[in-house]
Amino acid sequence: MLWACLHIPDFSLQLLQRAAAPVEPVIVSTGGNRPVVLSCNVQARSHGIAPGMKMSAAIALAPDLVERHRDATGERHALACIAGWAGQFSSMVSLSPPDALLLEVEGSLRLFSGLRQIMLRLSGGLNELGYTGTAAVAPTPTAARLLARAGLHSTVTDPAGLESALSGLPLALLDQPAETVRMLALAGVHTVGACLALPRDGLARRFGQSLVDELDRALGKLPDPRRPYEPPARYRARLALPAPVHETEPLLFAAKRLVLELAGFLRMKQAGVTRLKLALRHEDRRPTVVALGFSAPSRDPQRILRLLRERLARLELPQRVEAILLESEEARPLDSRNLSLFPEDNVPEEERSAVLDHLRARLGVDAVYSIASHADHRPELAWRACQIGVRGEPGAAEPSVAEYRAGGRPERPLWLLDQPRRLPVQEEAPALDGPLTLLAGPERIEGGWWDGNDVARDYFVAANGQGRRFWIFRERGAASTWFLQGIFA
Amino acid sequence: MPPSLDLVLQNPAIWRGDQYAKVAVESISSGFAELDAQLPGGGWPRAALTELLANQQGIGELRLLAPALAHLSREEKWLMLIAPPYRPYAPGFESLGVELARLVVVSTRSQAETFWAAERCLRSGTCAAVLAWPGPSSERMLRRLQLAAEEGKSFGVLFGPTRNAAAPSPAPLRIQLSAARGRLGLQILKRRGGGWAPPLSLALDTASADAERALRVEPRCIPARAPRLRRTRHGVA
Repeated sequence: MLWACLHIPDFSLQLLQRAAAPVEPVIVSTGGNRPVVLSCNVQARSHGIAPGMKMSAAIALAPDLVERHRDATGERHALACIAGWAGQFSSMVSLSPPDALLLEVEGSLRLFSGLRQIMLRLSGGLNELGYTGTAAVAPTPTAARLLARAGLHSTVTDPAGLESALSGLPLALLDQPAETVRMLALAGVHTVGACLALPRDGLARRFGQSLVDELDRALGKLPDPRRPYEPPARYRARLALPAPVHETEPLLFAAKRLVLELAGFLRMKQAGVTRLKLALRHEDRRPTVVALGFSAPSRDPQRILRLLRERLARLELPQRVEAILLESEEARPLDSRNLSLFPEDNVPEEERSAVLDHLRARLGVDAVYSIASHADHRPELAWRACQIGVRGEPGAAEPSVAEYRAGGRPERPLWLLDQPRRLPVQEEAPALDGPLTLLAGPERIEGGWWDGNDVARDYFVAANGQGRRFWIFRERGAASTWFLQGIFA
Repeated sequence: MPPSLDLVLQNPAIWRGDQYAKVAVESISSGFAELDAQLPGGGWPRAALTELLANQQGIGELRLLAPALAHLSREEKWLMLIAPPYRPYAPGFESLGVELARLVVVSTRSQAETFWAAERCLRSGTCAAVLAWPGPSSERMLRRLQLAAEEGKSFGVLFGPTRNAAAPSPAPLRIQLSAARGRLGLQILKRRGGGWAPPLSLALDTASADAERALRVEPRCIPARAPRLRRTRHGVA
């Protein structure tokens, strides 16, 4: 077994800075009656503020300080979201609250062609999600976490090398009460190595069995089972913006963090999203909801972001946005695709529908449609706008191509007018840019008594002097009233 | 021995004024042998913009493309109609052999949107053909579309008025269309490989041939009282 630990130092502060890096000093405090600074950003540090300081002292140092209370629930949720994203790298991801993840990576070495590649992708991906973390590898999860907490990007693959790798680490990194660590320090024991050199039974008697057990787990002498993280069915994540914004770009930047996380989550699930919801929270209004639909399941972050950009650019925000929430509403299975030797021989459905989704996002859902024949003799009802990719109904009244070709069926125009247009009559003949010559017809079309739109028309193919051809008709019984309905383009 | 004149003329570096240079472009047969013979690559260029200039709709400008469109609709890619001037009529397209499940109609509200949609579709690589009716167009926009068509390997067709012929255009193929006694007259204004192309006159289909006959027999209009009614009563089950 080989464990990788992703440790995110100052997790509560990083969570605040994820959507945008603030320029003013920001600190995270414990809240409560006697608030204490938990972590602070670079600007706050430059004012002399340090973790552990009382809030009153911090405010005295920097009056324009932005104080945020620690949000333990939000942190737990954010950590779970990272675990979902990390699921694409390993089948065994375990949470190590409050600020670390453990991944069993030995099983993934072959898939990702080596440990180095996995670690590069892990830390690179984590940066794209908006976090900075330390990644360490060790044969036991406890050792990996100790190394990561120490801020070491070290890789220990051999269990025999564990003791020497850990011996220099300070004892404060252990999950032990502060009192234990303080007492050990008073005895002159500051590092893991010094602690291991002490007699075991005495150590257990004085400082408790838990200290000895933790050291044993780190060295692999005791079993160290971890509970695997179970991802939820849907992705749902919230990201608070440090300062409310009104512009599209910062919103997109924040959304990108979540979309990348979603993409990792979907890859872990072997799924693609078909419906996605982005809710923009306002201070005192109902959230603005942007719903995205995909014709084919997708988990390509670039594609999702492109659609979001189109929608956000056209959005009128009633108020500034202070938080965004991304939720995958519907996902469908989507297998990974093998790379083809000839890249053009099959275009996957996802790629083909991408262009249509983009057009819809910009031009509106109704602006992009397909047409199909419909079983009706009346020309205006013989077609339907329909969803793309749907075939016309079987048994449509219009004859098939072969029939057209073989049987000399009457011709049909390519353009149809929405409303038949009344034609002027010159010398008893219809005219359109000159008198019309009747080329073919009449073709009597009657029908519609069943739905009240009864028609009885004689259709002709007509041409004018310029060579344009039209589909015209006259109503039965009204011999000299001509209408234009179609154009043979 | 001095080389004979024939040998010299076979040298590909020598171009004779009555020929157009044969260039290897990926193309799709137009379905009309006379036209294919005049087009570089033997058909419509597949990864380029083609301009069809005509002042009127209804002279057969779409039926000219029909064999190619029917062929392209057998592929797993889209046929896009962007901002068509009228409602595309499904039975009509079906009768030309176009697979309707591949046909996508895009309606736009402005010329800018038409250009944007055309460019997006041409570039996507998932549209076999993109037919657009953008109205007046600038050289800059055409250049963008041409680049997009090259990138997406898409057969892009722009319909425009004949007055566009005077303006320079980066489209490698420009054809002016006119109606000629029931046939469609084509004048190639520009093509890859250059050379003057003789004007063509195509009979688009049998229906047009009938039309020609009718025109010859009855030079003036048929009286509106139709002579003989072919009674085909449809619709009642």
